[in-house]
Amino acid sequence: MLLEVKNLHVEIDGKAILNGLDLTIEQGQVAAIMGPNGSGKSTLAYVLAGKPNYEVTQGEVLFDGANILDMEPDERAAKGLFLAFQYPVEIPGVATMTFLRTALNAQRKARGEAEFSTPDFMRRVRETSAHLGIDQEMLRRAVNVGFSGGEKKRNEIMQMAMLEPRLAVLDETDSGLDIDALKIVADGVNRLRSPKRSTVVITHYQRLLNYIVPDVVHVMSKGRVVKSGGKELALELEAKGYAQFQDEVAA
Amino acid sequence: MTADLRTIKTPAEQALHDAYAEARANLPGKGALAKLREDAFRHFDATGLPHRRIEEWKYTDLRALMRDAKPLAGAPDEAAKARAKNAGSMVAGLDCRRLVFVDGVFAPELSDLSSEQGLTVGSMADALAKGDPLVTAYVGKTIETDDAIVALNTALMGDGIVIRISAGATLRRPILIDFASSIQPSSIFLRSLIVIEKGGKALIVENHDANASQINAALELVVGEGAEVDYVKIARGQTIHVGTLMASVGAQAKFNTFNFTLGGATVRNQNLVRFDGQGTVSGIRGATLLRAKEHADNTLLIDHAAGACESREQFRSVLDGESSGVFQGKIIVRPHAQKTDAKMSSNALLISDDAEADNKPELEIFADDVQCGHGATAGALDENQKFYLMARGIPEKEADALLIQAFVGEVIDMIAHEGVRDALLNAAAEWLAARD
Repeated sequence: MLLEVKNLHVEIDGKAILNGLDLTIEQGQVAAIMGPNGSGKSTLAYVLAGKPNYEVTQGEVLFDGANILDMEPDERAAKGLFLAFQYPVEIPGVATMTFLRTALNAQRKARGEAEFSTPDFMRRVRETSAHLGIDQEMLRRAVNVGFSGGEKKRNEIMQMAMLEPRLAVLDETDSGLDIDALKIVADGVNRLRSPKRSTVVITHYQRLLNYIVPDVVHVMSKGRVVKSGGKELALELEAKGYAQFQDEVAA
Repeated sequence: MTADLRTIKTPAEQALHDAYAEARANLPGKGALAKLREDAFRHFDATGLPHRRIEEWKYTDLRALMRDAKPLAGAPDEAAKARAKNAGSMVAGLDCRRLVFVDGVFAPELSDLSSEQGLTVGSMADALAKGDPLVTAYVGKTIETDDAIVALNTALMGDGIVIRISAGATLRRPILIDFASSIQPSSIFLRSLIVIEKGGKALIVENHDANASQINAALELVVGEGAEVDYVKIARGQTIHVGTLMASVGAQAKFNTFNFTLGGATVRNQNLVRFDGQGTVSGIRGATLLRAKEHADNTLLIDHAAGACESREQFRSVLDGESSGVFQGKIIVRPHAQKTDAKMSSNALLISDDAEADNKPELEIFADDVQCGHGATAGALDENQKFYLMARGIPEKEADALLIQAFVGEVIDMIAHEGVRDALLNAAAEWLAARD
């Protein structure tokens, strides 16, 4: 088991968002988390990554057996946790290339691995960016500044491919993408599928799951996982909507 | 009744009064130049050191900050010159023509005085003593100001550089004016004049290294029609430094200034710039990094006296510890200066809870067909940006440093000369690395 979330309760500004969430992700598994707006999907993603101001009032999160809730975001990243942001942040003045290199080497340093030499790093960047249709000019620009919505999402996947995480959490990576961009992003994710790597795909719609086919689907409502099943569950949700689950919890 | 109500002088004012009385007979310049000094001194003596009730000096109360005035610097000895020779300035690696001053006195033996077509270099003390026509034509006349600190400089001006770049000349290398450090704290009054004639091109870097003196440095810069001039001023670790740039800029010129302030107990940069002819494109920029109880003040008076000029005023400061950073920028657009395009911004990044930023942008617009704007911000590091970097594995301290470097880097990047730009970026990075 790579990730184990037990009875997680989370508040933001005193408002309860997650209410006793349980979730396990196996190594090598691709899990989809679906649910209506406000069900706490993005909150879960942020809490896993360690965003400040998300107060965990109960429960624990074990990543590879270690409780990560007391770790800083960078420590979690170095352990192999990656969050692809729903809204990637613009950072004026920091070149994408510098950012990638700093991040990669910081993680390697934290794990006691040797830093990449410039030629090695450049070769990896070239290979990875080519697959994702990212040109070198884009990498010289400041992080996400002036990027289109699609470029921002591809940049997230580019970072994921460079950092090779053990668990990648994709928070609504499909939002704002046209079908071509969606295919490029899905292709980037699929390329990284391996028995050693797990992926959590958070999405509101079933569409992305046509391209990234999940092993398991979890449905969230009101801050909890209310149903789990195979990939056919996504199709059922698409057909029937989320109303049944919202009623279920309310009842 | 016109009696001077300010009969009580502070110890510093009294010391400056006495210093002038004693030095007066030996200060270089006769006739009109001597009268210029005398008038300037009388103005200073009547008004005294600027203080917080003078609007332009509200945030830098020099009268309170200057507890004493150091004695006027004597002629530098051999030891001082030896130190200056080996001094490593921030731009030490720059391929340039270095002109060195030690304790405020020109040191020709340490300077590169090789000849170059279209370039004349000399010492202000010599030029004043000889009554050089260039000096009599421009000194004290470039920009009209009643600023007491400029008056004090005019009264006590000792040495400085006099540079003339003839019409159409392009300098092969940048000029570095290096003001080397003193060990003995003293009062130094530098006055320089740089005249770039029509179509001349030059990059001039003025560097002030850390020292314990009280420095009042004024530069009159005359930028001719169509000239292309970049001027970068570096002040590092100054004790009390008041620098005034007085620039008149001709038509169609390209003129950029940059004030880089790295630490310093009390630093004040005054940029008084007037656009005299149409079609000038100008960038007045600066970056300041302060920690502990350091204080720096960038004050601008940008006078669009002619139409169709574009100016960009852009200052950024990084404030750590209990430091304070001040920006005051005033843009004046004269009634006939139509089609003026001016944009001013000042951004302060406070990286400690006890730092303070004061921003005061002002526009005085008397023409009706202009584009003018200003914006000022003061704030902490962006938490979302920081989280994004950390979520990629970058530790907090490194994430902070990246963001701070990016913040000042964006304005330093506007310097056209790569060598100077890199030197300043490196200096900022070193400053950050030394942060605990």
